[in-house]
Amino acid sequence: MPVKFPSFRSRRDAFPEKLWTRCPSCSEQLFNKALEKSLHVCPSCGHHFRLTSSDRLEQLLDPGTFEERDAGLLSQDPLGFIDQKPYPDRLAAAKLTTGLADAAVWGFGEIEDQPVAILVMDFGFMGGSMGAVVGEKVARAAEGALAARVPLIIVSASGGARMQEGTMALMQLAKTMAAIERLRAARVPFISVMSDPTTGGVFASYAATGDVNLAEPNALIGFAGARVGAGTIGQELPPGFQRSEFLFSHGFVDRVVARADLRRELAGLLRYLHPSRTEAASG
Amino acid sequence: MVDRILGRAPRSIAEAPVEPASEPSAEDRKAAVWARVQLARNLRRPRTNELLAVMADEVIELHGDRLFGDDGAIVACFARIGRHRVAVVGQQKGTDTEENIRRNFGMPHPEGYRKAMRVMALAERCGLPIVTLVDVPGAHPGPESEERGIAEAIARSVGLMTQLRTPIVAVITGEGGSGGALAIAVGDVVLALENAVYSVITPEGCASILWRTSDEAATAALAMKMTAAEQRALGVVDQVIPEPEGGAHTDHEETGRRLKAAIIGELDRLVAIPVDQLVEQRYRRYRSLGAYTEVVTEVPAPPAPPRSGLADRLRGLLEAGSRAIPAPLQVGRRDEPPAREDV
Repeated sequence: MPVKFPSFRSRRDAFPEKLWTRCPSCSEQLFNKALEKSLHVCPSCGHHFRLTSSDRLEQLLDPGTFEERDAGLLSQDPLGFIDQKPYPDRLAAAKLTTGLADAAVWGFGEIEDQPVAILVMDFGFMGGSMGAVVGEKVARAAEGALAARVPLIIVSASGGARMQEGTMALMQLAKTMAAIERLRAARVPFISVMSDPTTGGVFASYAATGDVNLAEPNALIGFAGARVGAGTIGQELPPGFQRSEFLFSHGFVDRVVARADLRRELAGLLRYLHPSRTEAASG
Repeated sequence: MVDRILGRAPRSIAEAPVEPASEPSAEDRKAAVWARVQLARNLRRPRTNELLAVMADEVIELHGDRLFGDDGAIVACFARIGRHRVAVVGQQKGTDTEENIRRNFGMPHPEGYRKAMRVMALAERCGLPIVTLVDVPGAHPGPESEERGIAEAIARSVGLMTQLRTPIVAVITGEGGSGGALAIAVGDVVLALENAVYSVITPEGCASILWRTSDEAATAALAMKMTAAEQRALGVVDQVIPEPEGGAHTDHEETGRRLKAAIIGELDRLVAIPVDQLVEQRYRRYRSLGAYTEVVTEVPAPPAPPRSGLADRLRGLLEAGSRAIPAPLQVGRRDEPPAREDV
């Protein structure tokens, strides 16, 4: 079987006939070209659309600085998992529609000339779920950041652990946290950016534990799915429950940052979070 | 790694004692797995307090996370097990309704995990090994848990346990339910009682997402390979401890006796390992879990110029022949892709 490498071509190129998108928040019809210019944020109500990993990298990094690492990691089917479709079929379908190898891409790049290790997740690939490949990439990104002594940035967009890999997916929480803790012990900073959605096992591991936690406005961020929580407990949910602003008001997010400001905010934070570099640059 | 996992997976089915030797039907296997899930959830199954009553000569319980409150769903204590003085962190359900409400049906809130972290960090400082006893359907999923940062508490606890410079023996005694269980189940060695189960999500939750009905919970339980024997085959669990005939709930005394022997055996082994090596081994243990293949990535070669089709080549030859003088320029133009497929 030929190996499919991740492609960074915009997904929309494959369907050029689609010109308009309806904003799910304010129902405004938006011209796709204009939406792209506004970084996939609705110009009329500020709704933040989900981004592909390639769009996210393009928006955050200095042009042409991204060097992908470990692109050849491919998921296995350790359990022989079949629900209504076999897991390998779901993987193949996700690869076909996204052009990605799995739900995360990592590599080295620069933000306003400051080197970083960066991992971005892609919700389009099986809900951004974390299986062995995503866990391995997060661990390698943390180890890579440690070896190069550059800050780590992770942009999360995930429904949580990938059920089709069973406890193997659950163990990725421990794998990623082990690597993140080593990074912390070595005093290399880690910025977690949470986008819509960041839930379940991804929120309950690296996404919640940045040295600085940022979140895009109104992103769904929570541990238990809202349906699971309400169903189990039978309780009224408070307004704005599990949204960025809810986490902000309870002290788990440092800053809620609109997409248009994200690159600038990250660059500003990096100047504090990597003081040794700043000294070298100014001195 | 991958081969190890895949190679061992079929053996797990052969190993599982519930499976008859002849090819069992899918329905039989589903029923067998579901019976185990029910055993793991049995209300009279021994939890931390019941097991410690058998295993420990002395128990001194510690309370509170110093931040918010004391969570009855998690018990933290110092205890003497054989010749070892250890810190024990375990989950506790109630034996009656009143106690169940106090212990929140074994579903910990953030303060439970923060209490666990406080006591485990204290154990590290005092050079005490840690034993954890895990039986949790899941962390408490309600609004107050989210407000107080259940995800952050779980993540920090998992992270802390990967780094602690003291031996950790984790035991899945009943339900190992997702992140709420893993938060206190990271260890140098992970044991499981024979009828314990371990999964990334409850079978009901998995079924309602992937099959769109929780009626398929048994099917999901089978697909997730959540029994102790299957988890042993995957490498998530290192050792399975047989339960008394009929299950752990029939004989707390005997269950505790068997578990005590296994825990003491592991503690004897682990305390002899230099701590740097121990922590590195634990890092490697979790670093290597998960199945993936790695294709060596090379810099992709520039795309080869499109090969000229047979028809093009024939036409080229014919045109060249008709002019008597070869026309290499025209042939050379083939590096441009044809505007249309013309065959």
